[in-house]
Amino acid sequence: MGRYVVRRLLQFIPVLIGTLFLIHYMTTLGIQFTGNPVRAIFGARQPPQSVINAVSAKYHLGDPCLQQPGNPCFNLFVERLGRYAHGDFGQDFNDQSVVALLSRRWPITGRLTLIAIAFESVFGILLGVLSGIRKDKLADNFTKVLTVLLIAIPVFVLGVLVQLALGVWVGVWIGGQSWLPGWLTDVFTVSFKADHPWLSLIIPGMVLGALSLASIARLTRTGLIENLSSDYVRTAQAKGLTPRRVIGVHTLRNSLIPVATYIGADFGFLIGGAIVTEGIFNIPGIGGLAYQSVLTGVVPVIIALVTILVLIFLVFNLLVDILYAVLDPRIRYD
Amino acid sequence: MTEQTMEGVSTPPASGDPSQQSGGSSTRSLWGDALHDLIRNPLFVIPVLVVLAVVSMAIAPQIWTGADPNNCHLVQSKHGPSPGHPFGFTIYGCDMFAQVIYGARPDIIIAVVCTAGIATVGTALGTLAGFFGGWTDIIISRLTDIFFGLPFILAALIFLAIVGNHSVYAVSLILIVFGWTQLTRIMRGSVLETKNRDYVEAARALGARNGRIIFKHILPNAIAPVIVLSTIALGGFVSAEATLTFLGVGLQRPTISWGVLITDGQDWAISGYPHLLVYPCAFLIATVLAFILVGDAVRDALDPKLR
Repeated sequence: MGRYVVRRLLQFIPVLIGTLFLIHYMTTLGIQFTGNPVRAIFGARQPPQSVINAVSAKYHLGDPCLQQPGNPCFNLFVERLGRYAHGDFGQDFNDQSVVALLSRRWPITGRLTLIAIAFESVFGILLGVLSGIRKDKLADNFTKVLTVLLIAIPVFVLGVLVQLALGVWVGVWIGGQSWLPGWLTDVFTVSFKADHPWLSLIIPGMVLGALSLASIARLTRTGLIENLSSDYVRTAQAKGLTPRRVIGVHTLRNSLIPVATYIGADFGFLIGGAIVTEGIFNIPGIGGLAYQSVLTGVVPVIIALVTILVLIFLVFNLLVDILYAVLDPRIRYD
Repeated sequence: MTEQTMEGVSTPPASGDPSQQSGGSSTRSLWGDALHDLIRNPLFVIPVLVVLAVVSMAIAPQIWTGADPNNCHLVQSKHGPSPGHPFGFTIYGCDMFAQVIYGARPDIIIAVVCTAGIATVGTALGTLAGFFGGWTDIIISRLTDIFFGLPFILAALIFLAIVGNHSVYAVSLILIVFGWTQLTRIMRGSVLETKNRDYVEAARALGARNGRIIFKHILPNAIAPVIVLSTIALGGFVSAEATLTFLGVGLQRPTISWGVLITDGQDWAISGYPHLLVYPCAFLIATVLAFILVGDAVRDALDPKLR
């Protein structure tokens, strides 16, 4: 177990450096072929070359190797890793540091992710269990259709349709009903409200978690069906245990191991996936920041944000791999 | 995915002429058997018809609509459905039905180009890694890990945002560069499973070279999961196009695609013009769903364990 963790950590380092280098090389190639992104600050105006040079140097975009297409710029990569190691992720074109921007937006994305995880775990496992114990019955077929639909509808299409149906149609109807509690209007809204940081994130959180809900329901169902036909379940039934105990204690515990690891990995994935959801519902989180930065062409912020999101994604994947080894003693790692 | 019969597995599915299929299940090959099941499965036939319809829209939109999608009059902007214009008009006053039909082409081009790309790269690298093992495997597997660590939305976002070239081919290229990892892993696993089979041993004992073993014995028997996943990937790329377009780094006007239409419609749907959003969304969802259902049906038909 301990040796497995150490080996997994050692494998993680080259992959981490490789991924960071991939981001670096991609952005470098992009800049080499399309020109200096700081020109976006000036728009149609033509500043003197000295101004461009000064601004480029400030954003670490002035190196001559950025003008040689194909050059991987290893020196810049090492410099950048050094700055990241010191917690310096650069600043946007208004001189705000990316770290400061992130610390302000972090709680919102965190809340959104938590809502998504809670929604997908509760309903995903519930649907999976229902369809697993009633295989090929109504509940099972309903789950099958629902999961295929959720997988087929792209998150952003689901988002805009939900925004239209629940935010506009239901929201307007609720607004006209005086007998309904007032907080309902804060739930059924088309965009984020800073005064109601939890309520107005419920629907976006459900949209964000919808795809994973389908995966969790399918994982739970498959695991349950597989385990229900295994010997230890037959033994438990033969001993005369109640079905509730056989399923709830014996079978579910084993079936939920892959689900638990899936949910763990999903934390890292959802934080990145929130770009689309935050863009649609106008939520000022990390994803919303990335969305706005793309629209306005603030390249230094995009690079820093993608790097941070990828770091989060990779670290969560690492944690989940280790968690798997802890949760499932049947798996032996040499 | 394991094959139970060795002979005839390499028969391509196209040879599944129904007249040859009547000889009883014992003589049918795996693919013939699968086809026999599939053409009787409504969950396969209906999605295939949807796919054929969409592909025909991409190839020859004229057979679906006589209207010119670029014949736009701003006075008709956002008008609802009317006789002769079943889906109403877009923001720019173009016929929505014609725009949706013509919008199929970029989506299908991206889906086909990207799927062909990742299937080629994935099959080649997966076969190399699985068959030769050793250093080839280590290098390819670590490279896969590195690309896998970069979620494709983030990677496409950063690259397309910097490059600023949002043509169909730039979007396809970036989707291929970051989409090949899953198929490579699946193919590697499938090849590892296949290469220890007795018939591979037999071929080697008879003196077959590596090239012959790979192309005659390994590939035909190991490729089934790649075909299933590629079918599903076709749908995935249609939604990827729409997602990137929505984020502002995908296709842009004057190209008409479903992603462009949905992105345009999103702002106006909230202000009381739902038809701008609902029709392109319906076409997109139906297409993605059709590809996924076809893939699922093929997988079930090829999986002998489910029989």
